[in-house]
Amino acid sequence: MRDLQNLSGGGLRSARLLAPLAFACLVTAYPFAVSDYLIDIGFFFGIYALLGLSLNIVLGEVGLFDLGHAGFYAIGAYVTAVLNTRYQVPVLVLMPVSCLAAALFAYLVCSPIIHLKGDYLCIVTIGMGEIVRLALINNPFDLTGGPNGVFGIDFPRVGNLLVVDSSIEYYFLVWITVGVSIAGLVSLQHSRIGRAWNCIREDAVAAQATGINVRAYKLLAFVLGAALAGAAGNIYASKLMCVSPESFTFWESCLMFCIVLIGGMGSIPGVIVGAAFISLFPEIFRPFAMYRMLVFGSIMIVMMMVRPGGFWPRKRGAVTLRPLMEDTADGAV
Amino acid sequence: MHLVLEQIINGLTIGSFYALIALGYSMVYGVLKLINFAHGDFFAMGSYIGYTVLVFLVAGATVSMGPWAGMGLAVLTAGVSLMAVGIAVERAAYRPVYRAGRLPAVVSALGASIFLQNVIMLVWGPRYQAYPADLIPAARIHFGDLTVTMLQLVILALSFALMSALYYVIQKTTFGAAVRATAHDRNTAALMGINFNRVIVFIFTLGPALGAVAGVMVGMYYRQISFTMGWNYGLKAFTATILGGIGNLPGAMFGGLILGVLEMLGAAYISAAWKDVFVFLILILVLIVRPTGLFGERTAEKV
Repeated sequence: MRDLQNLSGGGLRSARLLAPLAFACLVTAYPFAVSDYLIDIGFFFGIYALLGLSLNIVLGEVGLFDLGHAGFYAIGAYVTAVLNTRYQVPVLVLMPVSCLAAALFAYLVCSPIIHLKGDYLCIVTIGMGEIVRLALINNPFDLTGGPNGVFGIDFPRVGNLLVVDSSIEYYFLVWITVGVSIAGLVSLQHSRIGRAWNCIREDAVAAQATGINVRAYKLLAFVLGAALAGAAGNIYASKLMCVSPESFTFWESCLMFCIVLIGGMGSIPGVIVGAAFISLFPEIFRPFAMYRMLVFGSIMIVMMMVRPGGFWPRKRGAVTLRPLMEDTADGAV
Repeated sequence: MHLVLEQIINGLTIGSFYALIALGYSMVYGVLKLINFAHGDFFAMGSYIGYTVLVFLVAGATVSMGPWAGMGLAVLTAGVSLMAVGIAVERAAYRPVYRAGRLPAVVSALGASIFLQNVIMLVWGPRYQAYPADLIPAARIHFGDLTVTMLQLVILALSFALMSALYYVIQKTTFGAAVRATAHDRNTAALMGINFNRVIVFIFTLGPALGAVAGVMVGMYYRQISFTMGWNYGLKAFTATILGGIGNLPGAMFGGLILGVLEMLGAAYISAAWKDVFVFLILILVLIVRPTGLFGERTAEKV
């Protein structure tokens, strides 16, 4: 059984490692070469990459239309904001708390609606996202500060030893989180869970017939996706030092949706490309001022004409079995 | 008691806006299985065109022939202009991606929505525009305690007339049968000699026109319009579409009216600030119990 772990060829693996390594080097070197303003743009690229990765679990891996993902992002951000400003809980401690809160929320909200199909699920998630946003605006129990939101969130810090308070430190905080998430998600893709998800995406009935618990795996996708969005919310809240309902509109959910679809469903490099497009494009075309969103919309249309499967679609059927003899030889060593 | 009635009439009024917009969503969804995110922006653009017509082009007509003439001209111009816009958007943004499947079309629709929203912003400016009060009919009618504006009655009558006309076209004419056949099964319909592209042009002519009419009426009813309002109304109207059962035209109409009445009653008796939460909660509850909407047909699942 050990041999099954070694399914892809060695040469292929090193080629596959090269592109991510080059990208990692670029991400690491970038902030040392540019101004604070450009580092902040890199930071938001990272946030959108994280959000894209989180929606990619739900939309890309399992094919569930979720247009309310900003709701989970909001839960993460507000849990951090409220607990930090009221009870002075350190921001870094709150990161897992935010993840758990968003995941728990996803579990509770999605349990009754998970049986809905396609566009019906889509509209219910839209409704869920809107309910979260409207609830934040309406300031329940005087917790969320209404339309103005919550101010004065602390920096992430470990005692006084390490305080994340500059652009470059935030940049690394978010990109390290992205890196860890990618590592986790890649191994998830190749696990039993990832295969079950993809099976459900391709044909839910067939998946059910082969004994996959469709409902449980769909819920798991929502819970994990929400947890990651909650982490993004945590970092976002401490970076901006304030959160308000305006940051978590339906529009934000649509952007995440576009990141996944522009990049390519279920493709992790695709999500990074999609996030780059969404976050960098408006900055690059700043000189065009009022016309840039016009161009942005047109490019989205053109992109779908040219590459309807996304910019970097996921390759399917990557699993190849090696001859049995070779495997046993390897195993004996 | 008359307060309840008044709220119901207000609810029916805004419900008829939702219903008119919802028809556009429902037709496009029925035939293409596409959530047309740009539809709300058709509505907003119609509202702005109506504003321009009313304020700059037909102010003379309004003065000489009364506000109803101005309103009629504004509604007509907005409707006809949006037919052209609808056809152009379909040709430029949707037709090239039909064959690629459903999801690319969703992104394309979002792109079209951003594009249209920014066209509105560039042409009319980012600020709110106000329909001037003296160009809008102000007559009121009293039934005992109950006061209703003439505008509300006209909005209700016009919406009802338009919805009935659409219902007639879709249910009773040969062309309507072609649309229904295409919605039912696109390939078989094509084999029967139905021109798919003509059906699509038809729905992208009527849908945006109905949305534009709703846009002008919203402008007249609330007086204030903004270039981003397409999203809010679009979201509500889409909710109405789903509430009624997606792809089902009478369902969309009733869904819109029910949504409007629920919203107004929720605002009056529960809390104005929480009325939208109330609306979405009802939607979610309805879908949990009836996963295909109130009037949606339960179809056997294809395996």
